[in-house]
Amino acid sequence: MNDLHVYSFNNSRAIIRFENRDRCLSVRGRIRLSGLAPKLIPVSVEEEVVPQQGVVVIENLSKIYNRDVRAVDGISFAISEGEIFGLLGPNGAGKTTTLHILATLLKPTAGTAKIDGYEVGRQPSKVRKRIGIVFQEPSSDELLTGYENLKLHAFMYGVPSEIRKDRIDEALNLADLTGRKDDLVKHYSGGMRRRLEIARGLLHRPRVLFLDEPTLGLDPQTREHIWDYIERLVVELKISVILTTHYMDEADRLCDRIAIIDHGKIVALDTPENLKRALGGDVIRLQMSSPNLSAVDVLPYIRKVDVHDRLVSLTVLDASSHIQEILAVIGKVDTVELRPPSLSDVFLHYTGREYREQEMVKKEW
Amino acid sequence: MGLYALWEREFKVYLREHSRIISSAISPILWLFVFGTGMGSEFNVGNINYQAYIFPGIIAMTMIFSSVFYGASIVWDKRLDFLKEVLVAPISRATAFMGKVLGGATDGIIQATIIIILSPIFGIPFGLDFFLVYLFLFMLVVGLTSIGLIIGSFMESPEGFGLISGFVTFPLFFFSGALFPLSNLPAWLSAVTLANPVTYGVDALRGLMLGVYRFGLFADLLVLGSFALVLVYCGTLAIRRMRL
Repeated sequence: MNDLHVYSFNNSRAIIRFENRDRCLSVRGRIRLSGLAPKLIPVSVEEEVVPQQGVVVIENLSKIYNRDVRAVDGISFAISEGEIFGLLGPNGAGKTTTLHILATLLKPTAGTAKIDGYEVGRQPSKVRKRIGIVFQEPSSDELLTGYENLKLHAFMYGVPSEIRKDRIDEALNLADLTGRKDDLVKHYSGGMRRRLEIARGLLHRPRVLFLDEPTLGLDPQTREHIWDYIERLVVELKISVILTTHYMDEADRLCDRIAIIDHGKIVALDTPENLKRALGGDVIRLQMSSPNLSAVDVLPYIRKVDVHDRLVSLTVLDASSHIQEILAVIGKVDTVELRPPSLSDVFLHYTGREYREQEMVKKEW
Repeated sequence: MGLYALWEREFKVYLREHSRIISSAISPILWLFVFGTGMGSEFNVGNINYQAYIFPGIIAMTMIFSSVFYGASIVWDKRLDFLKEVLVAPISRATAFMGKVLGGATDGIIQATIIIILSPIFGIPFGLDFFLVYLFLFMLVVGLTSIGLIIGSFMESPEGFGLISGFVTFPLFFFSGALFPLSNLPAWLSAVTLANPVTYGVDALRGLMLGVYRFGLFADLLVLGSFALVLVYCGTLAIRRMRL
């Protein structure tokens, strides 16, 4: 990632520029030929700090199929180094499509997406070297062992032979699979495969790791392990992570910032805390058949009322002091629940839809 | 190097599917020794025993069926999404395609070799110029595997693949002069066999093994060589177009 450029004005003066991703050093000087080797006699040295837009910069990205279907509709955001960024939304919202575009598997219809300064549409192979991706569906070769899968990856990504073995061992260690490295992946459990693939995605030290539903279909204990694992990785390797998920608890736990996507558009983007705070209050949820909404609307501390089937969701300022009055006016209630806002409430607020996790489970690992 | 690693993966997977290796050897043996012996007892082609006559054709047949069916592996790779892992890596589409082609080529050549090794048991007289024979086998198998992989890149399911490739493999085999000589054929049949690249492969093999040529070694080399190159190129394009 370091580039050396030499610019010469005329036969006697030149600038040599040394660039890496953060800084640019320019040495200006005169050229003197002594014997056969030209020498640069420095006259001045300048250093610039290249302003960092972000490791991932997306502007107005769109993917349109058949003129009508807007899978991704003009989204923009930027991610910095060491950030865990979440894309939250229901299936069909455009999360996986966005990820596939960033991974250079799909070409965008409009807009730009840059990873480490390289545009995904125009310089895909430079981008591929700098990203790692763990797909939603298992993508290892079942008929190879864990070790062999990692080895193949190392070869394909041009990991230098001197460090290849060390990197593979390190990956196996990180994934806690050193003992099973010579077993066929066919015999791995879902959690093991997932750990292997995450470790594999990092083998070539990418700048950004894409995780598509990293804990989908896994049991709670494995999910916890994987969350720890991801958090550790970000701290140790200083990578940025983009993860797509429909699990609220996962987004809440891991993400520094979250973008809520629905119908291909970003409807909200902020830290989990800010998103919840933006709702403006705690949530009271009531299961009931005929709520007296007119009585409730009049109450001054009610911020928002959502009714969905038999569920009434109220966003209330300082809910615990007012709950008695609310229960008195709203009517006969089957069950009531009072709690601080969660991401599910945020989701409901921005997309107008209740989030049902069970419906969203696709393939099992 | 990426290409080597990809080939290595194909080879390992091939070895681990033991059943395939054995079953793939049985069919040509049946053709050769049952069909060949049966017909050979009655017919000769010119002054060559029929069984010997079809020997190069049977080798070509094995190549056709195993190479084209190798394309099914790409359908499985798609299913397993292993292909995504390969496509997202910084290797060119051409390298990815060649990795699979070489894997299929290894498979085909191993099978051809098994047949060649077994044949002395049954006393088929033929000469063997190793370098040239294997050169032609290689070109043939590269072209055929590419066809299989291209078909595979368009198919979603193994069943669909089986159906379409059936339409391709049988004509390639029957219209190649593997089973009958190409002289004195009616015009339509003659035209089809001349358009079939496998015909030239069979001719070359027959010429090298039995000394009987129809088109001459050089012509065969030219046709088969261009066939292989064109198909590999098309394969690279097909992979690029592949929808995930």
